[in-house]
Amino acid sequence: MADTAVDTGRGAGNTGRRGFLRKTFLHNVPAKIAALPMMATVLVVFIGCTIWTVYYSFTNSRLLPSGDFIGFEQYERLFGTSRWNVSVWNLVTYGAMSLVFTLGFGFLLAVLMDQKIRFESAFRTIMLYPFALSFIVTGLVWQWIMNPTLGLQGTMRNLGWESFTFDWIANPRMVLFALLIAGLWQGVGFCMVLMLAGLRGVDEEIWKAARVDGIPTWRTYISVVIPMMRGVLVTAVVLIGSGIVRLYDLVVALTNGGPGISSEVPAKYVYNYMFGAGNIGQGLAAATMMLLTVLIIMVPWAYLEFGGKGRRS
Amino acid sequence: MKKFAVVAAMATAFLGSTSAYAVDLEVTHWWTSAGEAAAIAEFAELFEEQTGNNWVDSALAGSGTGANPVIISRIIGGDPMGATQMNTGRDAEELIQAGLMRDLTPIVEEMGGLDFYVDQSLLEPCMYEGGIYCLPINIHSWDWLWVSTAAYEEIGQPVPTNWDEYVASWPALQEAGILPFGLATGWPFSGVPGVLMSGLGGSDLVLAINRDKSAEAVRGPEFRKVAEALDNLRSVISPEMMVPSFGDVGNQILAGEVAGNIHGDWLAGDLQVAGGVAGEDYECLPALGLGDQLTGGGDSFYFPVLPEGTDPAVIQAQADLAKILISPEGQLNFNLVKGSMPIRTDIDLSAANPCMQKAIGMLENGLLPSGDFALSSDTQQQLQDLNTEFLDDDSITVDDYVERYASIIESAD
Repeated sequence: MADTAVDTGRGAGNTGRRGFLRKTFLHNVPAKIAALPMMATVLVVFIGCTIWTVYYSFTNSRLLPSGDFIGFEQYERLFGTSRWNVSVWNLVTYGAMSLVFTLGFGFLLAVLMDQKIRFESAFRTIMLYPFALSFIVTGLVWQWIMNPTLGLQGTMRNLGWESFTFDWIANPRMVLFALLIAGLWQGVGFCMVLMLAGLRGVDEEIWKAARVDGIPTWRTYISVVIPMMRGVLVTAVVLIGSGIVRLYDLVVALTNGGPGISSEVPAKYVYNYMFGAGNIGQGLAAATMMLLTVLIIMVPWAYLEFGGKGRRS
Repeated sequence: MKKFAVVAAMATAFLGSTSAYAVDLEVTHWWTSAGEAAAIAEFAELFEEQTGNNWVDSALAGSGTGANPVIISRIIGGDPMGATQMNTGRDAEELIQAGLMRDLTPIVEEMGGLDFYVDQSLLEPCMYEGGIYCLPINIHSWDWLWVSTAAYEEIGQPVPTNWDEYVASWPALQEAGILPFGLATGWPFSGVPGVLMSGLGGSDLVLAINRDKSAEAVRGPEFRKVAEALDNLRSVISPEMMVPSFGDVGNQILAGEVAGNIHGDWLAGDLQVAGGVAGEDYECLPALGLGDQLTGGGDSFYFPVLPEGTDPAVIQAQADLAKILISPEGQLNFNLVKGSMPIRTDIDLSAANPCMQKAIGMLENGLLPSGDFALSSDTQQQLQDLNTEFLDDDSITVDDYVERYASIIESAD
């Protein structure tokens, strides 16, 4: 970074020249130099490893990578495996619920927090605190709480409420909700803080104008404030979404995929087959499918968001 | 100048005495339960006593599913440990083929061969292109039915002597509020189908499926009996009663809360640590009390090739450890605590508990290849997934189970 000052002068001198290449490479040189390490990381780590992953998912690599191409065989096996199909379905269900509830609760809490209440910072700290814990800790804590014999159910029964039942963690039909509780407990606070920042970014004048026009508060939130918070909402959705796709540690700590295979998730499948079963080809095929899912969701969104120049006001 | 001379003298002194100063040898293993940890400590003690080196114990939690990946990725990633335990079988075959494991042939020759191994088939997974790359240190078998004396005293019935009597006692146990079958969450269930297969299906079925990978045998009537027994078993298992680790099941058996459990012989170590006495507090029935052969697997020690520039004393320490592991003394001390069968029977095993005595008697009939032993880890994982799913999901019928098992065996390698 020692030559930053020198480059600033040179970069400024070149701004007058035309030509696409010069403009691309020489405009604002210091910023580009500063971005070089990140660009190298993106090229080598993200793109390079992604290509490697996709490439080897078409081979019969076992414990060590091999170059023998076998076409779509790994994928055929993947979609013929009930554990994978259950995993995908679980992720879709969990993801939809998690996204809706995290955003919903997060916004609701932020609105409540925004009512100029007392001890706001204390509440904010309490709400954000779970986010400081790792998923492993979250998972273990909730595993103890929800354990039918040791946790809440056991305690209530020992206190004399014999019919009290809270065995979601041991119930294949409810186990996803158990995951959801733990996930929400951990993630809602963070979403709330983001939303609160967005709410604070809304000009006080707008509230005054709405009040003068006699618009009810709820209506102001829905029709005026939320559209103004678009940037914050997009950030929140991306952060929550990426958290959902890589869901792994929470499941490992809370249920380890059980009961049976009823709370398996794709990332766990990838890990088990790559490392446990020593079948890199199969693991990478699953990883590629995860990537594809993300792309299918992200590409149209990114196109709408960043494509078509000048469409954003 | 004087200073230099002193330094030089010290340096030569150090160089000349490579064997005299202690080096650290890192050993990875997944023996973390009470009984297992006590057993590995026996090796550590012998190693430190006899060689003066330090045994750096890196116990990894999570057994074959959690620890194995860590061990393998450390070796592949170029950060090998001095020695590691792994299951006897095919988990490490690609590491051996890739030349990442040390060839132990010279050490073995120095010891005068490995004829003392009680069953030479144990060494098969260690052999590759004429070299020997691992040393099996014990024989483990899953084929045990453990039954609780206390539970049967409570219902006033004699302790079962085989699987059929045990199954017949389930209704009475349930009536008395005793769990017929204890189970820990996770991997412990994965061994149960194999035990039923060798106990109910017999040796021929095990050989046909595990060794010959015959899907026909899976679809045959013998395997159907196994699947039906498993179906019957899952009816008395529910997720709420599962305990976190297999050692807890051992405690439940001693307390009489649970009547029985199918688990490998390493449970004996935990029962012993918990104060249980075989024949008094619990009974052990090898091969479900029906067969006369055990499926054998066990643990082996591997010695990864260390990177260039490693202190020769460490490499020497690897060789020393290899010899200690299979020495009569090491075998005796370790296996008596671990509850596994030693790989050599030319040692005094009179101190072994009654369960191990039964097992040693069965060794003469030869070992059957266990799933660990004969199937690749990929196939094992697929079977484990199927068993886990079957246990919990009653909508999978016996027919589905047989069909899916057959298709996995068909594509097995």
